[in-house]
Amino acid sequence: MDTALGLHRLHFAFTVTYHYLFPQLTMGLALLIFIIKTMALRTGNPLYEDAARFWIRIFGINFAMGVVTGIPMEFQFGTNWSRFSKAAGGVIGQTLAMEGMYSFFLESTFLGLLLFGREKFGPRLHWLASLCVFLGSWLSGFFIIATDAWMQHPVGHRIGPNGEIILDSLATFLLNPWTFVQYAHNMTGSVVTGSAAMCAVGAYYLLSGNHTVYGRFFLRIGVPAFALSALIVAFPTGDMQGKLVAEHQPVTLAAMEGHFDTASGAGLNVIGQPDVEKQRIDNPITLPKVLSFIAYGRWSAEVKGLNEVPRDQWPDNIPLLYYSFHIMVGLGTIFIALGAVAFLFQRLNKLETCKPILWALLLCFPLPYIANTAGWMTAELGRQPWLIYGIMRTADGYSSRVSSGNTLFTLLGFMGLYTLLSMLFLFLVQRELAKGPGTAEVH
Amino acid sequence: METVWFWLVAILVAGYVLLDGFDLGAGALHLFLAKTDDERAQILSSIGPFWDGNEVWLLAGGGTLYFAFPALYASAFSGFYLPLMVVLWLLILRGIAIESRHLLHNAVWLPFWDTVFCGASALLAIFLGAALGNVVRGVPLDKDGSFFLPFWTDFQVSANPGILDWYTILVAVLALTTLLQHGALWIAYRTHEPIESRARAAARKLWFAVVALTPLVTVASVTVRPGLFNNFSSYPIGLLFPFLALAGLAHTYRAKSPITGFLGSCAFITGMLTSVVFSVYPSVLPALDNPGLTVHNAAAPLYGLQIGLVWWIPAFLLACGYSAFVYRRFSGKVDKPAAT
Repeated sequence: MDTALGLHRLHFAFTVTYHYLFPQLTMGLALLIFIIKTMALRTGNPLYEDAARFWIRIFGINFAMGVVTGIPMEFQFGTNWSRFSKAAGGVIGQTLAMEGMYSFFLESTFLGLLLFGREKFGPRLHWLASLCVFLGSWLSGFFIIATDAWMQHPVGHRIGPNGEIILDSLATFLLNPWTFVQYAHNMTGSVVTGSAAMCAVGAYYLLSGNHTVYGRFFLRIGVPAFALSALIVAFPTGDMQGKLVAEHQPVTLAAMEGHFDTASGAGLNVIGQPDVEKQRIDNPITLPKVLSFIAYGRWSAEVKGLNEVPRDQWPDNIPLLYYSFHIMVGLGTIFIALGAVAFLFQRLNKLETCKPILWALLLCFPLPYIANTAGWMTAELGRQPWLIYGIMRTADGYSSRVSSGNTLFTLLGFMGLYTLLSMLFLFLVQRELAKGPGTAEVH
Repeated sequence: METVWFWLVAILVAGYVLLDGFDLGAGALHLFLAKTDDERAQILSSIGPFWDGNEVWLLAGGGTLYFAFPALYASAFSGFYLPLMVVLWLLILRGIAIESRHLLHNAVWLPFWDTVFCGASALLAIFLGAALGNVVRGVPLDKDGSFFLPFWTDFQVSANPGILDWYTILVAVLALTTLLQHGALWIAYRTHEPIESRARAAARKLWFAVVALTPLVTVASVTVRPGLFNNFSSYPIGLLFPFLALAGLAHTYRAKSPITGFLGSCAFITGMLTSVVFSVYPSVLPALDNPGLTVHNAAAPLYGLQIGLVWWIPAFLLACGYSAFVYRRFSGKVDKPAAT
């Protein structure tokens, strides 16, 4: 890979990975805050109002981080990927512009109302603001997923006489079947992150003996949401996503699994390190026939191996793709188990006194961030060497006039700036957590 | 159809400059117009509920440009790579500075965040002006319609220009002065005495600076690009745009209240921007010695532009509705006990 291409990829990968740490929490929390606000509106219970206000403050800090790190994403399509943008802008520009016109205006308007608090605008308008912020952020997610889904599985376009990509049907593009599966999978993933954060704060308050009333309430909302979303993110949404990849991107599936030779009744590698040169998995622990079953629903189905296609069509970083996929699936399994156990104990009224589970919930909160990041790495590394699957290679999409020296300059700039942002972010969130929900001032 | 989208993008850009313009100007001025922390907080809360909504206009403009004129988006964003990245960093720093000041009441760090906010706001105004200057002067497009400009070369308007040369710096100074005046009028409109009088006095001084700079920049523009005003002789109706700018300028001078002065400044900015846009049309990004990228060779295919209107217009009306709603909610003076 030439240096310029590598740096442009790293530039985008770094900024988008960092950016997505924030929206995955805010999209998940937006739903949970809306649920709490609805409970508060129906019952008038001040505890619910305080709880909502606390999470709105956490949400606000994360949202601001998401905005400031999100603006560079829209710019980078043009700055770093100009050949891609010139070719595909007539198609994906539609969804990116829709995001700006429909979601951002909605979110920025109603987030102000949400942050300004109930006292100023009354309970109904405040509840409406929580609904609009939820809709805005989930709509924003839809437009981004529709954009990525088109790059994974392009539909609704035709190729013109000079190789240009022309939008043929906006409806076909927006109703891409890939979009709905990926959207459901991704948004459930964000609820896992949001509910895990709520569970962790609840568990922390119970373990520390501070704000225990709120801790209990956070678990009452967080644990069922976590258990349910952990299940849905795997079945049916993750399962459907896997079957789509098997059907439309068989090379990707083979690379995700380190599956080199075509086989019927292929096994699933649970553990093992891929060795691409020797074409094997070291230290494998394999579940026989399981890969065939999860990809095609039949135990004896044939799964194509990497060797069916020329090497220049293989994803270019198979080990990282393999690990990303396995980390996502492994963590997803842990979430289902932890969610089920915590939910069971909660039903039996034993959760609040069971320290090991509270500790597990507290320690679990970083893991969904890793799982969501690994999931996106699986999707994006798996699409390689394509930028638009089957249409444009990644090597043909970057801005050729921007030298690698300038790209490295701005990459280092972002790294430095984002380090400062992280410090400030952790400080602000820690301050809110220490302040707690009850004694908080309103602003 | 291309021309329709050309004007729609221009409306979004003008909307962005009018709205974010006053918070950039106010941000750059607040250190100088406020004598105490309370006064400073008053100025900042006069832009507090608006600035992030104002920046959405930039994103909306960028997104709309992307799908309506993909070739322009690709060429301009990669060609202006370095200044755009600096703009991104400034936007990040600016957002962080105002939010941190708001959340952390710490006497040691307050002046730090205020200085960052002031510097980032002023630099953004300068970069916006320089960008406009670059569009008028033209850029060294190659046969694929792409280019790359360094920050500066020898500061001359030559075949090997940089983002900053004497001409674009001159435009940047005018842009900064204009937005400072815009921000000063906004501050005068929304704050209490004694800040209001100080802001009015500053706006008056800046008005004279704008009056001095505008003809200078106009002459410099024709020197740099001799055919610039040909569209006005072909379509004299376009003279309405510079007339709007002049009327706005005069209105600001005569205005009795800050809000009418502010509206005059809005008219001036709109008039200046539309005059530029009208002069370069049908170019959207001229090359140094030819029309370069035009609405015709940079636009997306017809179907996308047509179907785009169907969803874009309702979205735009909704967005205007939201903005009107927010500005009505927070109209008039800010709360007296210096809300922080």
